[in-house]
Amino acid sequence: MSLINEITKGIVRENPLFRLVLGCCPALAITTSVENGLGMGAAFTGVLVASNIAISALRNIIPESVRIPAYIVIIAAFVTMTDQLMHAFTPALYTSLGIFIPLIVVNCIILGRAEAFANRNPIIPSICDGLGMGAGYTLALVLVCSFREVLGAGTFLGHPVLPGSSPAILMILPPGGFITLGCLLGFLNKLQKKSA
Amino acid sequence: MQEYFIIVISAILINNIVLSQFLGICPFLGVSKKLSASLGMGGAVSFVLVVAGALTWAVQTYLLNPYHIGYLQTIAFILIIASLVQFVEMVLKKYSPPLYKALGIYLPLITTNCAVLGVAIINIQKEYTLGKVLVHSLSHAAGFTLALLLMSGIRERLEDADIPESMQGTPIALVTAALMSMAFLGFSGLI
Repeated sequence: MSLINEITKGIVRENPLFRLVLGCCPALAITTSVENGLGMGAAFTGVLVASNIAISALRNIIPESVRIPAYIVIIAAFVTMTDQLMHAFTPALYTSLGIFIPLIVVNCIILGRAEAFANRNPIIPSICDGLGMGAGYTLALVLVCSFREVLGAGTFLGHPVLPGSSPAILMILPPGGFITLGCLLGFLNKLQKKSA
Repeated sequence: MQEYFIIVISAILINNIVLSQFLGICPFLGVSKKLSASLGMGGAVSFVLVVAGALTWAVQTYLLNPYHIGYLQTIAFILIIASLVQFVEMVLKKYSPPLYKALGIYLPLITTNCAVLGVAIINIQKEYTLGKVLVHSLSHAAGFTLALLLMSGIRERLEDADIPESMQGTPIALVTAALMSMAFLGFSGLI
């Protein structure tokens, strides 16, 4: 029961992007199309689950005083693997995500989960935590992407959805990212106030 | 000379690291509530950014490239940045305790500031020489500080404004950033 709880908490209650406002940089930069959002979400989830497993397995071995550098090296290793894999198998996605793949290493969510969860829990719950947080982040990314792609390019996953109207290019330019995320956060705050 | 000039203008205004490349958003939103704190943060990030830019360039040119181990780039760079940040933290703690307190949690977070790693990687991708690396890093640092200062100036005024309850805090900061980013889009015709 509690394992399911570990998964679901990351999706709604502790959604890393909407509730904790972590990992904003990629959420603003690469969310110009739904495809990018899905790719980024998948890469991110892979790294998060792998680093959670490794850190949880090593939690009794890593000395307290050097834990942060140790975590960063572990995360960087998995990011490098993901980077190489994406370069080999999804070259188009690799090009469009560009610099933001190596930058997963400095995504605060991953280090945050290592510090807050994986270093004090066994492996299985840590996997669930990683999956849940990854799914929550992917969902949030896709939500932001959907608004921006539909409004800014008039397409969804590349299929035209707004025939006959000219898209607002501003939405896929940088300001669109800030506006979308800001309004979504405000809207979610409002929803939460109502339900509380 | 013109090349350097173009690098400076484009890094500070056109490709502003925060407002158009979305690097370093966390400190941009987190430390931009007070003008003084944001000046300190800008200074600390600028220092780390420039020194890290030069160091990572040297490591890439003299270590990673000759031995064909370019795939270790991410790991090598993040280690350099992490140790630099540790160093800045120790210096600030000793010589400027008030600033050290004001920056609080955001100081160790410079390590995970994507602006620092991002600029280091862009330096390598564009195959800059050492001179250009320094100019490029310095201009991006200036752009970061500029955006941070502007933002904190606006946010100090916003404190007196009547903002709908659900938009308070981060949402209104993001919308403010959107308007600033729109203004910066206007510079794109400059070069």
